[in-house]
Amino acid sequence: MAAGGSGMSTLALPQPVLASIEGAIEFIFTPQSSSVTGGKKVGGLEQVIELTVNQLEVTFLALALALFVALPIGLYLGHRGAGELLAIGLGNAGRAIPELALIAFMAAAIGVGLLNVTIALAVLGIPPILTNAFVGIRQVDRGAVDAARGMGMSEFEILRRVEMPLAVPTLMTGIRGATINILATATIAPLAGVLTLGDFIINRNVYGDDGVLAGAILVALLALVLEFALAGLQRLLTSKGLKLSPA
Amino acid sequence: MISAALAAPLAAVGEVGEGFFKERTSETLPCQAQEERLFCFDWAKDNIGEYWTPAVQHVELVAISVIVGFAIAFVLALLAHRRRWLQPPLLAATGVLYTIPSIAFFFLLLPITGFGRDSAVIALSAYTLQIIYRNMIAGLANVPSSVKDAARGMGLTDRQILWKIEVPLATPEIVAGLRIATVSTVALATLAVFISAGGLGKPIYEFINFKTNIIIAGGLAILIAIAFDAILFGLQRLATPWRRAAAE
Repeated sequence: MAAGGSGMSTLALPQPVLASIEGAIEFIFTPQSSSVTGGKKVGGLEQVIELTVNQLEVTFLALALALFVALPIGLYLGHRGAGELLAIGLGNAGRAIPELALIAFMAAAIGVGLLNVTIALAVLGIPPILTNAFVGIRQVDRGAVDAARGMGMSEFEILRRVEMPLAVPTLMTGIRGATINILATATIAPLAGVLTLGDFIINRNVYGDDGVLAGAILVALLALVLEFALAGLQRLLTSKGLKLSPA
Repeated sequence: MISAALAAPLAAVGEVGEGFFKERTSETLPCQAQEERLFCFDWAKDNIGEYWTPAVQHVELVAISVIVGFAIAFVLALLAHRRRWLQPPLLAATGVLYTIPSIAFFFLLLPITGFGRDSAVIALSAYTLQIIYRNMIAGLANVPSSVKDAARGMGLTDRQILWKIEVPLATPEIVAGLRIATVSTVALATLAVFISAGGLGKPIYEFINFKTNIIIAGGLAILIAIAFDAILFGLQRLATPWRRAAAE
């Protein structure tokens, strides 16, 4: 619909597009010769797996760091009902962080490498997790919390056994959003010296158009698989009682 | 249709990069050489004008993407509001588009729309669909049925109820979705440089080791996001005068 440009009227995939996809699939499975690497072959399953592992590694490291920082703060503020301005404002401000500028600035100011990229990506993950943890806990029915307190639960028990289970859907929404944004941004991590699948996309002169398309397909699939897995995890963690009530 | 409507500004797309800062390198050397310097004010003062074109491109990219995304999401939400069975498949479909990382989406379009603004706009507007669609469905669902019953009792048709009651009452939620989508798109549009669609990502990528440059371009992106957010908030207040009246 937004195409409208030159020769884009046909919706059925034209021959060149099919050829590109074929080329990309071939790139994924068998190493190809590249014009700039001096005879060294690029692509192939081995490199694809290596870069996929790298991308997942930096994604999960950053997610772990973001959870470690954001979850306790969000849960605590939510439980105390304090710091709403901070928790909500941070979530809004976090969305405005330009991904490319963040990665580039971290690389230029602190340096390249896995640790620095992990920190940069965690910065993207913290706001949605913190905000959703806060909102999720705040949304819990005060009656349920009062009942738990009346039963003699400690504040920690209330958080752990009443508020957190009831906040799972909202909490997981934040974690899913953070994960997908971190994974997406990890695609440009090669700019900061961490080779992920994005290397295929960014270094077009090395990998060629087949490599670029292969990288795009792989990154898209990786994101969808991760999102699907997290949605499954959310279903597992959500208590039966919550599933019965309409979301 | 998009490239036709924007033929004039499109000509500038992708042309910023060539020698963007290059001829000024000698002037910037003294400050650039000091790697520990976080920000070179002199350089910034001399070069701030260079950011005008990328900033304008950035605003255009975001505005077009959000308008296209809004138009499509609006139609989808109205359809799904009428035919409830459409809601789960539409949520899933927009969810897939939302999940695919923008930079991957740009290059999935490479064999079809090639380098340039078309690919960027398609990917960015696809990204906004879910946010706008979901908020709009929620907004329409939250209209109290008593209000709709009253409207029906007054003799309004279904179509009148939709346009005179439901859509206006859902405006705060719709605008809330629009604001989230717009601010996220401003940030994501920095990646459009990889598909040669210009924007503030261009200067960042061109001169990626120079902190002053990254701070200026990144800062401008954040300012644009704040400006869009404020404008949409203002529009919402104008569009819902009854809420202001209730607050007074």
